[in-house]
Amino acid sequence: MKQYSEHNFEQCTKCTVCTVYCPVAAVNPLYPGPKQAGPDGERLRMKSGKFFDESLNLCLNCKRCEVACPSDVRIGDIIQSARIKYSTKKPGLREFTLANTDLVGSVATLVSPVVNATLGLKPVRHIVEGVMNIDHRRIFPKYAFGTFEGWMRKQRKAQAQFAKQIAYFHGCYVNYNNPPLGQAFVKVVNALGYGVQLLENEKCCGVALISNGFIDKAKKQAKSNLASIRKATEAGLKVVATSSTCTFTLRDEYEHLLGIENGDVRENIDLACRFIYNLLCDGNHNLQFNPDAPRIRVAYHSPCHLERLGWTQYSIELLKLIPNVELVKLDSQCCGIAGTYGFKKENYQTSQAIGESLFAAIEASECDFVATDCETCKWQIEMSTTKKVLHPIELLANHLS
Amino acid sequence: MNEFDVIIVGGGATGAGVARDCALRGIRALLIERDDIATGATGRNHGLLHSGARYAVNDRESAEECIKENMILRRIAAHCVEDTGGLFITLPEDSLEFQAKFIESCLAAGISAEAIDPKLAIAMEPSVNPTLIGAVKVPDGSVDPFRLTAANILDARLHGAKVLTYTKVDELIIESGRVVGVKTTNTLSGEKGEYRAAITVNACGIWGRDLAAKAGVTINMLPAKGALLVFGHRVNNVVINRCRKPADADILVPGDSITVIGTTSSKVPFDQCDNMYVTPEEVELLLREGSMLAPALNHTRILRAYAGVRPLVASDDDPSGRSVSRGIVVLDHATRDGVEGFITITGGKLMTYRLMAEWTVDLICKKLNIDAKCTTAEALLPGSSKDKSTEDCTRTAVAQSRGKASAFYRHGTNAEKIDSSTAAKRALVCECEQVSVGEVEYAVEQLGVNNLVDLRRRTRMGMGTCQGELCACRAAAVMASVGKSCSDKVKADLKGFVTERWKGMSPVAWGDTLREGELLSWLYDGVCDLSNNGKEE
Repeated sequence: MKQYSEHNFEQCTKCTVCTVYCPVAAVNPLYPGPKQAGPDGERLRMKSGKFFDESLNLCLNCKRCEVACPSDVRIGDIIQSARIKYSTKKPGLREFTLANTDLVGSVATLVSPVVNATLGLKPVRHIVEGVMNIDHRRIFPKYAFGTFEGWMRKQRKAQAQFAKQIAYFHGCYVNYNNPPLGQAFVKVVNALGYGVQLLENEKCCGVALISNGFIDKAKKQAKSNLASIRKATEAGLKVVATSSTCTFTLRDEYEHLLGIENGDVRENIDLACRFIYNLLCDGNHNLQFNPDAPRIRVAYHSPCHLERLGWTQYSIELLKLIPNVELVKLDSQCCGIAGTYGFKKENYQTSQAIGESLFAAIEASECDFVATDCETCKWQIEMSTTKKVLHPIELLANHLS
Repeated sequence: MNEFDVIIVGGGATGAGVARDCALRGIRALLIERDDIATGATGRNHGLLHSGARYAVNDRESAEECIKENMILRRIAAHCVEDTGGLFITLPEDSLEFQAKFIESCLAAGISAEAIDPKLAIAMEPSVNPTLIGAVKVPDGSVDPFRLTAANILDARLHGAKVLTYTKVDELIIESGRVVGVKTTNTLSGEKGEYRAAITVNACGIWGRDLAAKAGVTINMLPAKGALLVFGHRVNNVVINRCRKPADADILVPGDSITVIGTTSSKVPFDQCDNMYVTPEEVELLLREGSMLAPALNHTRILRAYAGVRPLVASDDDPSGRSVSRGIVVLDHATRDGVEGFITITGGKLMTYRLMAEWTVDLICKKLNIDAKCTTAEALLPGSSKDKSTEDCTRTAVAQSRGKASAFYRHGTNAEKIDSSTAAKRALVCECEQVSVGEVEYAVEQLGVNNLVDLRRRTRMGMGTCQGELCACRAAAVMASVGKSCSDKVKADLKGFVTERWKGMSPVAWGDTLREGELLSWLYDGVCDLSNNGKEE
């Protein structure tokens, strides 16, 4: 159906269920909630841009409002688009550092032992808070020594041996912080008979650029990524990502927030858990599990953007297939970090208040590990609970025979 | 000695303007309105701040009056007016010859009219029909008739006038062939009243025929119905008119948070004037013609439909009523009919309410032997300020209180008087139009609000997308808390309000409007049990 008003804001019947599901509105009275910030506010902003107010920056773009909306209003998109259009706050050094994951990552991985050790020091974190307004309590993800892309280049020949191929969108986190997750993905996909290629030129999906106000750069990277993705899909390859947020950004945010057409390749961009689960269901693919792997209890946390994609069930069903994994499904709720949002000093309290009940549920679940498809959820949960967090693909790889 | 010099019957823009003009000239005035202010034709039009261009070709006199009043209102009623600018567009089926004549006539009437490139017109107003072949820029704008009337009433009261709403005139007191006062009934309490003054002014619009009849005077009036549609948000930010001989549904006006298309024009019998319904044929015509101005109207949510009655007056020397004047008509019934102490002011239009009042009060002064000059063209209405623009006030207020930011549009600088000192006062009653608890209290205490519908006219509460779905019950609670309602009255009031909202929604109840209506009825029937309450009574 044709959308008549931008992001369907006119379909809103003011039922307010979005605000009920908004994690920010529940803990921060300064945020007016998605209904008022979104469709209500949009109507007034059409009268005059003066009605934009900076409290919209409190939206963490979890899109849970859109999941809740019975009228299919793209509430989160309305709010983010309004920020893009009207916000007069200029991004500063902090935003630049948080948003440019590619640049920061490629430098940090060269000297990662130093970076990791330094950022681990309390006095340094206080200095970072003073200079950059990044909360000193926030723990940074560790950087890897050497990138995933570097490792992959050495695998090129071996991967080319497979008759069937896919392209892997690894994302900045796998590249700079957690190459083992990418390696686990390659192991699982190889076991299913697929070789893995990199895209011709993968850049950061841009989610952090968008949320930190670097729209022109985000558009540039989106266009570059889509060009690479097009090349891959034209060669008959599916593009698969392990990160739920990268997947969501490539599929939905490019068109909705950046206005960059991606309809021709959108259906060929898939999430790792969904791609693998669908393969296992087609009757032609099998994975051999190690029957002697230790029995573990895993609590699955569904990331917001995966909820918005509607694909949570694929990860859950995939985990259920692993023998010796006892699965606990946590109630679906936001962990509070929302990418770079929770790093900012002014958001730290909101961020932790949002996650509080999730952290309690995780502790109460008595799990050995938490599983989730999103790297920033992982950082938040590892920082705020006693548990280690793994990607479902890592658990899958660990249990292969 | 009488308490008043003048009694004005009718609380539309004209009556309010007469009351204010009297008060500013030191004439003791009483205004009597049978309902709330601005409930007749005043509140049931486009809200177009005419440049006069529409009348330039056929009615030069009206055009000249309009442009003069246009410039005056921008000054004295800055907070009621928005300088949107206007376009007169020529479509492929219209003639560009008319455009040439149109521009010439505008310039002759003193209206600036500049032909611009159609591409520039699209850049000025992106929603305009892109097939246009010509465009003329004119100084149209929009004016909020509720605010304008309320501001006149407020100023009249500040200068000593007395205003009685919900007061019906039962009869005119006539002694020795002259009107010397009125007998009234308060429609809420049933209380009777009697007021005497040297002069009674009939400013009742189309209902003026009935009041005149009470004095044994005949006025030939022709009720002409005009129907309009309200769209859910601003489709256009510039007024769009069709550059052709005035016809149906050829003006699209952005007003506050919405857009209005209108009007139709059809004769209706007098007995329908109190209860106007918009027909499916009118809705269809408005949509068909409106989408010629802005194609987006075809798929924009329609909030509601409404209709008003123009008080057209037949010329005195034409008993057939065929020769109709759209100009201002001041009837001195002493010279016309031999009835002293009785003046009818009618015809005209919202745009010329001030001038109509000026002429009326000039006549009153003459009759009362008062030497006082009219100052209403210079004296700013309360809320208007030379120094502070609404936009500036909004920009500063938006960070502290969303409700206050919107309130500047509604009350001008008087919005400063709204209490926003605590979170409880800043809390929004109406979220669509951002009306705060503080603003409701201000309206109830300062602006003569008796019920929820009155409150809507003063604040826009319930005029947004949800049409009262979430706000009406909250507003009712706030009104009860300031002692305006008891719980039985609250239920009756809510029911009246919701019924009135549905009346406007029902002619356009499809798509999202119908979904909204369903939710509204579910909330008030299912949760508040309003209809059951009705049955028990």
